[in-house]
Amino acid sequence: MSITSTVGEFLVLFGTIFYFLSTLGLIRMPDVYNRMQTATKSATLGSLGVIVGVGIWAIGHVGSYSWVTKTIIIAVFLLLTNPISAHALIRAAYKSGIPLWEGSVVDKYKEALEREEGEQ
Amino acid sequence: MGEASKISRYLYTVIVLFVIWIFLTSSLDIQELEIGLVFSLVVGALTYSVFTESGLANFHPKRIIYGIAYIPYFLWAMLMANLDVAYRVLHPKRPINPGIVECETVLTNDVGKLVLANSITLTPGTITLDVRDGKYYIHWIDVKDASIEGASENITKPFEKFLKVIFP
Amino acid sequence: MIGINIYLLIIAIATLLSMYRVFRGPTTVDRLVAVDIMTTITTGLMVLFALYYKRAIFLDVALVYAILAFLGVIAFARYLEGGI
Repeated sequence: MSITSTVGEFLVLFGTIFYFLSTLGLIRMPDVYNRMQTATKSATLGSLGVIVGVGIWAIGHVGSYSWVTKTIIIAVFLLLTNPISAHALIRAAYKSGIPLWEGSVVDKYKEALEREEGEQ
Repeated sequence: MGEASKISRYLYTVIVLFVIWIFLTSSLDIQELEIGLVFSLVVGALTYSVFTESGLANFHPKRIIYGIAYIPYFLWAMLMANLDVAYRVLHPKRPINPGIVECETVLTNDVGKLVLANSITLTPGTITLDVRDGKYYIHWIDVKDASIEGASENITKPFEKFLKVIFP
Repeated sequence: MIGINIYLLIIAIATLLSMYRVFRGPTTVDRLVAVDIMTTITTGLMVLFALYYKRAIFLDVALVYAILAFLGVIAFARYLEGGI
């Protein structure tokens, strides 16, 4: 049991817990916007933990350093693309007319869209 | 900032592609490096026009140092955000107070705006809904201040001090 | 190494929970969000399997899967928005 295996295993455990939390948020939250809030963030951090953790774990377990660089590439790719897909999805949700949760306090975007329509 | 020359943009693309190749193959074998260089040159020639606008100016030392300093700061903010979200999910009463607020930014560079939007999406309880004319529309899970100034102070200011150096 | 089974179990439970949202979700976007989370989790699962079987080639599979899943979600989102 080397130090790299321990660190890697800890990171993987950390990541899987965040995976679990993200899907729990997916079930518990009241509307699609809040679900997205909890789900995308936790899933991205969870992937970061699991993927980089596997890379570090493999140094001791497989005995090869090539895993670390490859897993870092995958992690950076997920880190760049996940927020973009979240943004595309939340805009699709808004444009397809799903209302905000009844407990929401403000909606500045609606005001801006109405203001723009008024100008035309 | 205007566009850099074609040579500089091309070289920047090739360097970035080559670094990605080294990470992917993770070997310094001379054959691997040769084939990687050939592929980088070909792919760079095809894609440099959409890949970058400022070219080699991206390698300015000050920008690289701030970029490296941004990574731990961002990861820390992301970790805090997730603990906050975990608290909201696990709390039996679901303490949320959502709404869409408007924010403004001092950034003018397109890539900078993209990075800011992505950073906002991954950190405390906020998702970027749309960016129009430099105004950010943000879904916030716990609205503390609905005015433009208050929301900008809370959401965009912490990142801007890094990003306005990295993407001038 | 015993731990890896426990991690796979946690991931399986997480996938089942998001499956619930896919079947139940009142709107299309709800289902799509659940599918997006599932693909993210599946990428992590593939990387874990690579370690389980000690085969580095599975890492490339995970990378390509991440790219394709991203493109798929973007295409669906654009379709729902009315962009295509």
